[in-house]
Amino acid sequence: MSGGDDMAVWMQARANERASGLHRGDKTSRTITSFSHPLSAALSAPRKSNPWVEILNDGGYRSDGRRQYELRDISIDLAQQGTADGSAVLTHGLTQVLVTVFGPREAKMRSQTLHDRAVLNVEVNVLPFSTGERRRRARADRRMLELAATIKTTFEPVVQTGLYPRSEIDVFVHVLQQDGGLLQTCINATTLALATAGIPLLDFVCAVSGGVHATSPMLDLTTLEENDLPHVTVAVMPRTNKVTLVTLETRLHVDRFGEIFKLACEAGQTIHKEMRRAVKSRTSALITAMGGGLGHGPGADVLERDIVMDDVHTNDDF
Amino acid sequence: MIAFASFAQPPQDAIFPRHHPDVVDDMDVDLGEDDFERGYQRLTCPGEPITSSQAFMRGHGTYVDNEEVIASVAGTIERVNKLVTVRAVRSRYNPEVGDLVVGRITEVQPRRWKVDANSRQDAVLMLSSVNLPGGVQRRKLESDELQMRTFFEDGDLLVAEVQAFFADGAMSLHTRSLRYGKLRNGQLVTVPPALIRRLKSHFISLPCGVDLILGLNGYIWVSKHMSQSQQEGDAFDGEAVYSNRNDEIDGATRIAISRVSNIIRVFGAHFIPLTDTLLLEAYEWAVEQEGDVRDLLQEDVGDALVATVTAHN
Repeated sequence: MSGGDDMAVWMQARANERASGLHRGDKTSRTITSFSHPLSAALSAPRKSNPWVEILNDGGYRSDGRRQYELRDISIDLAQQGTADGSAVLTHGLTQVLVTVFGPREAKMRSQTLHDRAVLNVEVNVLPFSTGERRRRARADRRMLELAATIKTTFEPVVQTGLYPRSEIDVFVHVLQQDGGLLQTCINATTLALATAGIPLLDFVCAVSGGVHATSPMLDLTTLEENDLPHVTVAVMPRTNKVTLVTLETRLHVDRFGEIFKLACEAGQTIHKEMRRAVKSRTSALITAMGGGLGHGPGADVLERDIVMDDVHTNDDF
Repeated sequence: MIAFASFAQPPQDAIFPRHHPDVVDDMDVDLGEDDFERGYQRLTCPGEPITSSQAFMRGHGTYVDNEEVIASVAGTIERVNKLVTVRAVRSRYNPEVGDLVVGRITEVQPRRWKVDANSRQDAVLMLSSVNLPGGVQRRKLESDELQMRTFFEDGDLLVAEVQAFFADGAMSLHTRSLRYGKLRNGQLVTVPPALIRRLKSHFISLPCGVDLILGLNGYIWVSKHMSQSQQEGDAFDGEAVYSNRNDEIDGATRIAISRVSNIIRVFGAHFIPLTDTLLLEAYEWAVEQEGDVRDLLQEDVGDALVATVTAHN
């Protein structure tokens, strides 16, 4: 698992490569999902805040070789994880998150149940090796509690909790690697995990982060960009284009906000396509597996057959 | 903690072909009247419109927004006359009255036990819906209430039937049959509940000396074979029904039990519905392989097992 150190080295290598004119133009081949926008031609002069890496260079490329509106690689793994009811491993570039969902199930603490709907319980766990510097966080890290609360409020209007009174839905988020866009990755992975757990959702929730460099907006920021730019995370429900979350931790000019907000909503649609494709293919894989097991039909002839087989010969089989 | 075995999934590349974002997969979602008649399974995702709410009624797994019926879970669309439902491909157990379930006691409360049955809430087993040892027929007295822990204690496994539902959807169980009650002499295996189909009998005895109880909640009890007369004899014998003691189980039976358990685990991981013929075939294959019982849990052996068994059917 590559940590942030490797990342820094890699990014620096890319920057050097570009500086020495080795940069290749066709970056799209590396990226599954790219998001193009008519505005992408309008590029501004880059501001140099980091002596090593330019946020956006004269050619219109970012420090990791992406264009302004290009999203990072997305990979989705919806394989079963242990005894969880639903799980997803989602990777946005170098940010990787594992989410496991348990429930709806009997609440651990009965005092916290609600008589008319299920309680959504989100816990975030950042693994010590996920960042560049290996350090163990306190269990009650303020930032992580806030992240958990944000995820919870994002999903409360989306999950149909009213169908499961007195129950609890547990969402455990494990951050495996961090390179910016942590909240967006957590939200997207939680959506996928809830969908695989068969928990009714009004819609997918697709989150993406955006920032502004000088006057040029950018999507899906890395740590390097997040440190230097004002950024915003937007979560949309793609069918209705309703927004369930907008967070802004830094100051952003009000004129830029509208632009970046619209872009992020559009990028959410692109991410939705990827997520829907992953869920669909998992569903059809499971349906096929279920069909494959009973070639002679689940219907009448199974029911007719007598189940008990009387010839017991315990020791002959060994 | 991260290195979980995930052997049910085909390789990533097969699922996610690299593609350009401009390539839109055109799936028409609106259902005509005829679409349901063709009998193929239509898949859907949360937030996908299925049909208009004027022509159809919404069932489980759907909701209505803006006069459209929209799916809320990922699964297959099913229709009964005008009722459209979406059945989630994997979810918790949805109980129905009369279902046979295997469960575990989580708590002893006044006049009732709480039972974990893989459902969205713990099930309730009332003191009034269990048999007294020795099959005595009488009202449960206060003295019975005081010795509830001699019948079932926290952590005990039992087989029961769903009797009724409470107003909030929690289920009430009963063990008023000689075949129901506390479980001994075996091992619990858990599979997704969708893999257990409703059968004429959920008590299966395999010819290898192993009994199975297929709980519809996905909990399966794999135990040493007991003949019917023995079982019923036990039920009348006051001591044996609620006994916590295992019988003597010989080595061969222990191996058979673990082999059957491992086969069930492999089927569970590959998402293959369990039937008795399939289990028998798999058992014969496993014996033929002459490998160690635990080898079955290795990925390649499991794959080979599933390939062989599904090819025959």
